[in-house]
Parts: sequence; structure tokens; C-alpha cells
Amino acid sequence: MAQVMMKDLNKKYDEVHAVKDVNLHIRDKEFVVLVGPSGCGKSTTLRMVAGLEEITAGEITIGDRIVNDLPPKDRDIAMVFQNYALYPHMTVYDNMAFGLKMRKFPKPEIAKRVQDAAEILGIQELLKRKPRQLSGGQRQRVAVGRAIVRHPQVFLFDEPLSNLDAKLRVQMRVELKRLHERLETTAIYVTHDQVEAMTLGDRVVVMKDGWIQQVGEPLELYGKPANRFVAGFIGSPAMNFVEVTVADANGALWADTPGFRVKVPLASAGRLGPYRGQRVTLGIRPEDLRVATGSDGADHSFDTVVEVVEPLGSEILLDLKAGPNVIVARVEPTVRVKHSDKMRLALHPERVHFFDNKTELAI
Amino acid sequence: MAGRAGSGAGMVEGARWRRWVFFYVPLTFFVVGTLFPFYWMLVTAFRPDGELYRPWRAVNNTPFWTTQPTVEHVLYLFKQTMFASWLWNTMFIALLSTLIALFCGLLAGYALARLRFPLAGGLGTGIFVTYLVPPTLLFIPLADIIRDFRLGDTPWSLILTYPTFLIPFCTWLLMGYFKTIPKELEECARIDGASRVRAMIQIVFPIATPGILSAGIFAFTLSWNEFIYALVFLSSPQQKTVPVGVVSELIRGDVFFWGPLMAGALLGSIPVALIYSFFVEHYVAGLTGAVKG
Repeated sequence: MAQVMMKDLNKKYDEVHAVKDVNLHIRDKEFVVLVGPSGCGKSTTLRMVAGLEEITAGEITIGDRIVNDLPPKDRDIAMVFQNYALYPHMTVYDNMAFGLKMRKFPKPEIAKRVQDAAEILGIQELLKRKPRQLSGGQRQRVAVGRAIVRHPQVFLFDEPLSNLDAKLRVQMRVELKRLHERLETTAIYVTHDQVEAMTLGDRVVVMKDGWIQQVGEPLELYGKPANRFVAGFIGSPAMNFVEVTVADANGALWADTPGFRVKVPLASAGRLGPYRGQRVTLGIRPEDLRVATGSDGADHSFDTVVEVVEPLGSEILLDLKAGPNVIVARVEPTVRVKHSDKMRLALHPERVHFFDNKTELAI
Repeated sequence: MAGRAGSGAGMVEGARWRRWVFFYVPLTFFVVGTLFPFYWMLVTAFRPDGELYRPWRAVNNTPFWTTQPTVEHVLYLFKQTMFASWLWNTMFIALLSTLIALFCGLLAGYALARLRFPLAGGLGTGIFVTYLVPPTLLFIPLADIIRDFRLGDTPWSLILTYPTFLIPFCTWLLMGYFKTIPKELEECARIDGASRVRAMIQIVFPIATPGILSAGIFAFTLSWNEFIYALVFLSSPQQKTVPVGVVSELIRGDVFFWGPLMAGALLGSIPVALIYSFFVEHYVAGLTGAVKG
């Protein structure tokens, strides 16, 4: 059980500056997910915590020890890899026992711990098999088992579910969450999948190009994205972005674009004031759009034309055209529309986001 | 019909005649061309002298088989020549130089495949280039060195010179093999509590067994068959290896003792053939570099 601190962490390869000034405080027992597109530095950060990459500058503390110069084996961590990294020449039992043998645990203790872990993960029957005789999901369980038998201070997960098929991934995701609640060990989890990040993390760290974009609880990232990148990255389907001009009329601010014109809600109006007459980016999530009814005023609804209908069963995704802008809306499955139908959409005024065009920061 | 039969041959699609022309006929030529010298060696080794030196046009000449097989040539080898010593010398030299080459090759191959250090790429290429220098050139400076160290006419002259071409070979083969092993396996072992050396010995080497075996077999065969260094560095009959001994002691002037020559060649190739047949599966896996995880 330990906290992990990263202070001004930097990693430079010959030409590439992979991780830039990362500052992160991961609390004891916390499950933190690093998420971002490939090449954003999330894996490199994790590997620096593991001791598999040298730290160019900065400091990493696990518990109360600075671990910069400690070899991986002395950091008291365990890691689960994307390709499982099971030792192919050893049985499942030996795979799980390897770390304990290396640390010279007595045999009965090793047997007990492996049994316990196998029980938690439901792999008791597999202990005598070799990794090649296991399915992908079973291998993943063994890899997790190998990590938990050691009772390390910190778990590191490097895209552990990426090699599994979609259904199994969802199932393992739930199991991992349950496992974390049971073991209460600090965990750092790297993924490029924002759904995994949102569902698993106590807090989520969004990274891009080596920089941390935002750190926050899942719903905080979803509800109050710090910038345009986070807004577009979190949530599926992604947030719609439309470039608008901030216009002043009838004593209120309006977001104006050739496709539509909506009234800026009072809450945002204050912050948007300085942008009067300038262009900003309006962001609205597909789920914050709905089919307009008679009671929706003209100040937050607009006309669109249906381009693509994607029925998903529980909902329908519509690709709509509002003037020159393409907008995705998530609507009730009962909505019956087809290509080139005309449709009036209303947006949820309190859930409109605005971003500065230059800095891309939320306004 | 033709299509189904064609899939049996595996290589060539289409009409039956195409399979014969492009598959069976070339294959037959190849098999006969490869195996005939061995057959000739076998027949000659067991043919009595009377038959061997019979004129080609004699009525009772049977060049392709023998009517009275005999082991007199084999007995001659062991009684009249030092063939037993040659076998022992060859075995000793080949085994030791193979072990030296494997040891160095394993460490060098691992380092080149895994460690990041300055000039790693240049070093790898450098090692490969030394392999390209032909022994027919290299034996001249090497002879000088062997003389300086007073190793001439001892097995050590070969045990120490064979690694000059075995180590680059093993290094490259093993480097390629190590690169096919996912590095996460080692990283995981290092997190699990192993040092780098320990992870190498307990995780990487066991997985690389097929590669190590093929490097070993290849190195052993190369040293077993080596001729030019053995010819230059060894002079007294009791020190010679099989390839040199057979050729230098059984060809006297322009007289060829064909029977013992072929018997020597036959006995000399048996150990290598045995080793190959034992490890053939590992050997193929080693060359194709397949790690099944």
C-alpha cells in the first residue's frame, strides 16, 4: 500500500521528447488510469514507474522512497503486460510462483499464495497447464494472478485488455474493478480506450504529446473538460464541435453560425463576454441533443437534415447536417427518420461547452 | 479431379503434366544428384579391392553395387592407420570449440539484441564482417600467431582458431533468435525480482533452446568438417583430424586407397548425421525462429 508521486517527470529519447513535465500524485489505494492516443507518453510514464525506462529528469517516489535509481525488482511493484508475457516454458503454477521464488519465500507460503490467487481468479484447474494451452482470457487471468500473489505496493497495468475480444474485455474490466475493490492496492492503469478509463479509474489522467491534459474523476472529465482535446477524447460518440461567432443581440449573447443560432446560457455568458464578436468553438455532446418539441424555444433549437441513421438498438445515432456543419445526435430508439428527412433539434443549454480557438482551453 | 490431385503435390497447381514437369522431374534430379555421392561412398567403402580395381569394361564389372561386401577397409582404417585417434581428436576439438563459441555467442548475441550501448550497431556489423574474411586468407596470419604461442601441432591450435569463425556465426544466429523473444518476458521477470543476468538465464535461455541447439549443431558440424586450418596447423599423424587424416594418410603420392578413403569418409560423417537426426525438429524451429507462447 503506497502512494506514488511523480515530480517534473521527463523522458527524452534521442530526438523524441516523450514525456514532458509530468506531475502526478497518486494516493494510497487509488486506481488511476492514464489514457490518451498512441504515442502520448502514457506507456513510457508507466515504464518509468516500473523502472524499465530510465528517467531523463524528475523524480518518482513510491511509498516514501525515491525510486529513480532502484532496479525494477526492488521497487515492490507488479506489472501486467498487454501480451500477457507469460513464461512459455513454465506451468501456470510456476509462472505465478516465479516472483515469490525469486524472493525466497518458503515453499508452503508460495503454495498458499498461489492457491489463494488462483481461487480469486477462478483458475485453480489451470495451474498445471502451460500458457500455450490457455485461451486469451485465461492467460490474462494468469498474468493478473502472477501480479497479485506478491502483494506488491503498486500494480501497474499496461493495456492489459487490448488483446482480448470485445465481449471478454468488458467482462475482465468488471473483474479488474472488483479485484481492486477487494485488494485495495494502489494501481496505475494505462489504456487508449476511454471507456476502460472512465469505468475503471477513481481518477483519470488524459495525456497527449507527452503532456498531461487534465486529471480528474471520470464524471468531472466528462462534464467539465479542461480543453478541446479532452472534450473530444472522452465520450463516445465524440463531442460535436462547431465554430461559431459570439454575437450580441437583444441583450443576450448568441452563438452564431450559418447552420444555426443559439442563445448562450447565462452561466456561460459572463465568461464568454470578452469574446464578443470573435470566433470560438462550441462543443455539444450527442447525448445532449434531442428531437425538438413544440415547447422548445427558438433560442436553443435549430433545423437539420438527416444524412445517416445508425440504429444501435438501445439508441439511434443520427448524422445530421445543420448548414455546413455535420452534427451527431444520440436519440431515442423510437424516433423514425430516414435519409434527407428534415428534423428540428434542441440542445441542452446548460451542457454547451465553449473553447478558445487559439488556446483550445475551455472558456 | 486434377485440382484435387494437384493439392496433394502442394507446390504446383494445374494439369498433371505440369506437376510432373515442374515438380517431380526436378525433384528427382535433385534427390539423385544429392544422394548419389553418398551412395557411391557407401558402396566403395564395402567393396573388396578386387572389385574396386577391376577394369571398367570387364565382363563381371558391377560399378553400382557389390556382390561380396566386406569390412576389410574399415578394419584397415583402425589397424593400419590412426583413424581412432583422428576420430577422438576431431570430436574433442569440435566439442570444445563449439562450447567456447556458444558461450561467447550467447552473451554477445544477447547483448547485441537487447542492451542499448554506444556503437552496438557498428559492433554487430563488425562481428559479421569478420565472418566474411575467408579462412584461406586468414590462416596465414593465424599460423604466425599459433607459432608465437607455440601451439602448433596441438589440438589447442584448432580449439582456439575455430571460434574465430564460429563466434560470429553463433552470435548472429542467436541475436536473430533473441530478437524474436518478446522483451516483456524479461521485463516481467525483472519486475518479479530477477536481475538482468538471472532473467537471461532463467527466462530467455530456456525459451531460446531451439536457437541455441541449432547454433551448437551448426558450429559442431563446421568444426567437424573444417579442413584448411587443420591441414596447416597439425602435422604429426597422431594429432590429425578425420578430414585431414583421411586425405593425407590415405592418398600417398598419386596412389588413392579408395576403399579406406571412403570408409573413413563414411565413418566421419556418421556422428554428424546422428546429431542432425536427433535434433532435426529443434533445428528447424531454431532456424525459422518460432516462439510459441
